[in-house]
Amino acid sequence: MVDHPSDSHTIARYESTRGYTQGKRALGLTRDELIEEIKMSGLLGRGGAAFPAGLKWSLLAPARPSYLVVNADESEPGTFKDRQLLERDPHQMIEGIIITSIANEVHHAFVYIRGEYSKPARRVQAAVDEAYAKGYLGKGIFGSDYVLEVTVHLGGGAYICGEETAMINSLEGKRGEPRLKPPYFPAAKGLYMMPTIVSNVETVSNLPHILAMGAGEFSGLTGNADTGTFMTSLSGHVNRPGNYELAHGITWRELIYDVGGGIPDGKGLKAWIPGGASAPWFVPEEHLDLEITKDATAAAGSMLGSGAVIVMDEDTCMVKAAERVIRFFAHESCGQCTPCREGTTWLEMILRRIEEGQGRAVDLDLLVDVSDGISIGLVWPPKMTTICPLGPSAVSPIIALRDYFRDEVDSHVSNGGCPYKTQTRETSEKTSEVDRPSDKDLMPSSERGSGGRPPEVAE
Amino acid sequence: MSEAKLVTVTINGVESQVPAGELLIKAAQDEGTYIPRFCWHQRMSPVGMCRMCLVEIETPRGPMMVTACTSPVSDGMVVDTESEEVKKAQEAILEFLLANHPLDCPVCDKGGECPLQDQALAYGPGESRFVEIKRSFEKPIPISELVLLDRERCILCALCTRFSEEISGDPLIEFQHRGNTTEVNTFPDLPFSSYFSGNTVQICPVGALTAKPYRFRARPWDLQKVESSSLQDTAHPRIEIHASQNEILRYTGVDNDATNHGWLSDKARFGYEYLRSDQRLTSPLVRRGGELVEVSWTEAIDTAANRLDLIKSEDGGEALAVIGGAQGTNEDAYAISKFARVALGSNNVDARLDDALASHFLSASVDRATIADIDDADTIVVWAPDLKEEHPTLYLRVRRAAQELGATLVVIHPRATGLDDRASHKLTYRPGGGYELLDELANGDHPEVSQAFAAEKVVALVGIASHADGPQLAESVAALVRRKAVHAKLMPLNSRANTYGALDMGLAPDLLPGRVGLDTIGCANLAASWGDIPAVIGRDTRQILQGLDSGEVRGLVLVGADPINDLPEPSIAVDALDAAEYVIAIDLFLNDSNRNADVILPASGFSEKEGTVTNVEGRVQKVNQIRPAPGQARTDWAILDDIATRMGVSLGLASAEGITKEIATVSPAYEDLTWDSLEWDHRDGIVVPIHGAQAINHIPVALQGSKAPTAKLTLHVARVMYDNGVRLQHSPSLHKLGPGAVAHLNPGDAPSIGARDGHTIKVVTTRGEGEFTCVLDEGTPTGVVYVPFNQQGASSLGSDPVVRVTTS
Ligand SMILES: Cc1cc2nc3c(=O)[nH]c(=O)nc-3n(C[C@H](O)[C@H](O)[C@H](O)COP(=O)(O)O)c2cc1C
Ligand code: SF4
Ligand code: SF4
Ligand code: FES
Repeated sequence: MVDHPSDSHTIARYESTRGYTQGKRALGLTRDELIEEIKMSGLLGRGGAAFPAGLKWSLLAPARPSYLVVNADESEPGTFKDRQLLERDPHQMIEGIIITSIANEVHHAFVYIRGEYSKPARRVQAAVDEAYAKGYLGKGIFGSDYVLEVTVHLGGGAYICGEETAMINSLEGKRGEPRLKPPYFPAAKGLYMMPTIVSNVETVSNLPHILAMGAGEFSGLTGNADTGTFMTSLSGHVNRPGNYELAHGITWRELIYDVGGGIPDGKGLKAWIPGGASAPWFVPEEHLDLEITKDATAAAGSMLGSGAVIVMDEDTCMVKAAERVIRFFAHESCGQCTPCREGTTWLEMILRRIEEGQGRAVDLDLLVDVSDGISIGLVWPPKMTTICPLGPSAVSPIIALRDYFRDEVDSHVSNGGCPYKTQTRETSEKTSEVDRPSDKDLMPSSERGSGGRPPEVAE
Repeated sequence: MSEAKLVTVTINGVESQVPAGELLIKAAQDEGTYIPRFCWHQRMSPVGMCRMCLVEIETPRGPMMVTACTSPVSDGMVVDTESEEVKKAQEAILEFLLANHPLDCPVCDKGGECPLQDQALAYGPGESRFVEIKRSFEKPIPISELVLLDRERCILCALCTRFSEEISGDPLIEFQHRGNTTEVNTFPDLPFSSYFSGNTVQICPVGALTAKPYRFRARPWDLQKVESSSLQDTAHPRIEIHASQNEILRYTGVDNDATNHGWLSDKARFGYEYLRSDQRLTSPLVRRGGELVEVSWTEAIDTAANRLDLIKSEDGGEALAVIGGAQGTNEDAYAISKFARVALGSNNVDARLDDALASHFLSASVDRATIADIDDADTIVVWAPDLKEEHPTLYLRVRRAAQELGATLVVIHPRATGLDDRASHKLTYRPGGGYELLDELANGDHPEVSQAFAAEKVVALVGIASHADGPQLAESVAALVRRKAVHAKLMPLNSRANTYGALDMGLAPDLLPGRVGLDTIGCANLAASWGDIPAVIGRDTRQILQGLDSGEVRGLVLVGADPINDLPEPSIAVDALDAAEYVIAIDLFLNDSNRNADVILPASGFSEKEGTVTNVEGRVQKVNQIRPAPGQARTDWAILDDIATRMGVSLGLASAEGITKEIATVSPAYEDLTWDSLEWDHRDGIVVPIHGAQAINHIPVALQGSKAPTAKLTLHVARVMYDNGVRLQHSPSLHKLGPGAVAHLNPGDAPSIGARDGHTIKVVTTRGEGEFTCVLDEGTPTGVVYVPFNQQGASSLGSDPVVRVTTS
């Protein structure tokens, strides 16, 4: 974990660490040179899909104006890395915006911040104001004739607006619904139907460093195909939850036990979610010694996604955990696609019924079959039966129940309810003493925000 | 459209050539493979929401699932619509859709014609595994005067929301909330008061949207059906009439390229109630001692014929006249025309009610635009009534051309119109200032409009935008368009749906069937079959009424016409009908104009007779019968043939089809038309040509240098969709939708007048005065008072634009 100086968010501090030198330097580089540099760095998008950043830039269609939208909607349960980057290092992101904009001939960039992130948003706006005052943003940046306007926009409290095309709709003032694909990338047609780069906060924040140290050094930071460092948000049942900037290639065991300090009270590890709530779950028997790289995770049938790792100890009820994750997705579904809209809610209802002691022996098979209807074949990455991946990836917890926790479901049915009921309460009380950001982030955003439906009764 | 390039696709192992870029769902269907769907509609952009149309295509990375409704075909595409995975997806989607569906099919209007039922049967799992509690909503909520919404049945296909946004341009229904609580609804305090709301009921794939006039009235399998064309819209949109036990229960739109794409205005869709009204005339009536008494047909015909004969023998045919014929079939119109000329010996005949363009201009302008020409236009000029109010099918077509097909739209009108939001250029002028604006345009004072005229394909829709300027302005507009854009196509507009057919049949004082003038070879040809035709041009409607008032015209036959309510200057009609010596009316109802007639003969109406009709572009279509006329009502042509016979003149009209054949022999434009070809080969109709010999190329009216009135306020009177016409009066669902006696003012004018929104104001013109409810409305420019024409409770104000408004 990085300790931030208390003024790390100010332009003075940022400039004292050679901030904005690369933004200025980028003005002297051509679009091709910048694309080449980023391609060589091997930088992958950090928003979840791990798409190569340089390749994305090269796909920008020729029509102009082009736009940049920085995705700061961070709403995936367990993910809180962007918040730190926004609060503590806003100028680093702004410099990344400058570099991305120059490379993509963008003169108007937007930062779309999750609705509940009012404090980070204030920091970002203050930093943008500082940059304007210094002449690093606005008309004629760094004394050149390049115009770059930056607009900070606060979302309305919907997870789905983190999906890039829903975000674009939302920015345009429309319902936050993902758009049809093709076009597969907003780089072809995005904001106001013009070519648009959508990039995650962390992705953009990497850029000044890549230019400063050079693509070669950046890609050499780790000894494998996943270049650079990555931010992981470690939460759940670990002794030291928080954000960590790590090199790719350590193992899950190292992450959980060394970095995270192990499981509280010396309890056993039951499962963890390796890359945000939509990632298929890992279990210690099979996955603890795998390396944390994109390819190794994919080979094991999951993903690193948004970098959120949620650890569950031996006393965690898997039915309840699954219900909680699926409830989140059901609540956050935009409602366009039948399987996502209807299927996820159905799963949630069945799980809740099992948890409350109304489970039937057939229910696990039903869960699996309903999931199969949402994500045909239950493969990973899922088949795209829907407009965006939210629906098909929402079934990940069911796969875990099917493959690893069948007994737990059965005991719910035969017990007439949750065998962990009392224990779970104890645990949650205990863990809430520790300041765990994940707890808050596990809350579906719109329960606190302006989502369409009334808040659910808290359990 | 350029000729489509073909690409090769393989669907379920069968190779075929399909047009490049076409959506897979459509291409497959045309090749015989039906891919199930709920949310796709060929007239709207795809949304890919229901996911029912998932198929598998082959990619270098293995099979991939895509929605057929959002995927354009590409060369070499290999598609599997029946794989195990596809079947699994289809079953799952149906199960998901049914999970929360109330399954109240027995009491659902859609039951029996429901895509959800049908596809559940064909592709569904056959059992329900959903044991949880279903989503529930308040059962149907009215979202407008005509439409009810039952959200429990909704499958969220976005057909209704897309229709109202993309097609009709009034996005008053939208999705709200998200995920599983997503629902369609209206905005608070904003009902779904669209002129096109009924289309959403028709396209809703379930019974979530139902129409009040039809709700619970029938089960689909009990319905008899026949195709026809609506006579409540000048484009004659194609419809299917559904009836049960001789009662009409609904009209549905039929999708055709030529006219309406399947859409109908609510007026055309729900305007059938009058046919089953118990106020219909069912037996002949003759006035005896001041009272109307029921008599036999023989007696009524004798009475009418004797009197007409008497007048004719005393003062000749010039003392007789016929008004009407624009609401019926061409066969009726032809009979009226022949009756007037041959039996009465008179050219005093007019289907227009003093509110129309010149007869030759309407019926015989060369290069008349077809409705489909609107799709191809680079520039569309609309200087006409508000199309949304008076020509709804054309409105939708022009809107689509401007919005989807990239046409430059120029709208010229005295106030806001329904097309303004899609217009590239909108010019607003003071009522009465039309010529002044025309001069400006002629001088090139509006360069953006001049530039629009310079396009290659120009289509101009011209009509009477404001009676303050008189009907001739439209001809001057046409002349200007022709001057600026030599190849422009023109569509002259007129209200009353079969005016075009009536004029083609010679229902004008200077026209004979086949768009033939009185002094032409055509006239001589006609005389060969008709016998002598009076040589002098007769009186038009206004002149007939003036003649009745002065006594020069002694006898009038009114056929389905109500001049007192329809004339821009009703006082002329009131005086004339008061003074008239003898009036015979053939009609469906008693109305203000025929109430005092001497003989009243019950006529059969729409859907009660067969025949042909001609729409605004000259397209002839067949209309059909599905029910008998009530009581003793008969067709216009049969009644007139009888009267003529009793006058000792044989018109030789024996059947509607016989009349169509006769029309084909006397009218060159109609020579190829037979019922057989319209029923079998040309269900969408045939556009009859405008023959060189009779064509009107030279538009005679010169630009006039008149100026806009200088009065502080000018009056703009215009028709709106729902008026107080006799058919709407007897259609309860629609009649209440009219605005009533209202006068619109710009909010900026209100303070000086002291007018307040919703309060009563008094409007005074040189021709009349009356009290109106004031509506403050930004769409009415300052200095203009806008009063919807022919509204219940509204006094008539005439068409003189000079007006005064006071608060009491
Ligand atoms: C349901 C859903 C939610 C998403 N939420 C976020 C998010 O909160 N933040 C984010 O950066 N990307 C999110 N994404 C990914 C974005 O669509 C997009 O891929 C990303 O912003 C691209 O930036 P990158 O290339 O820098 O990763 C989400 C995707 C989906 C399907
Ligand atoms: S998958 Fe779910 S969230 Fe994504 S577009 Fe479809 S309904 Fe919306
Ligand atoms: S109301 Fe009907 S048309 Fe509208 S979204 Fe629901 S099912 Fe579709
Ligand atoms: S028909 Fe294709 S998704 Fe609905």
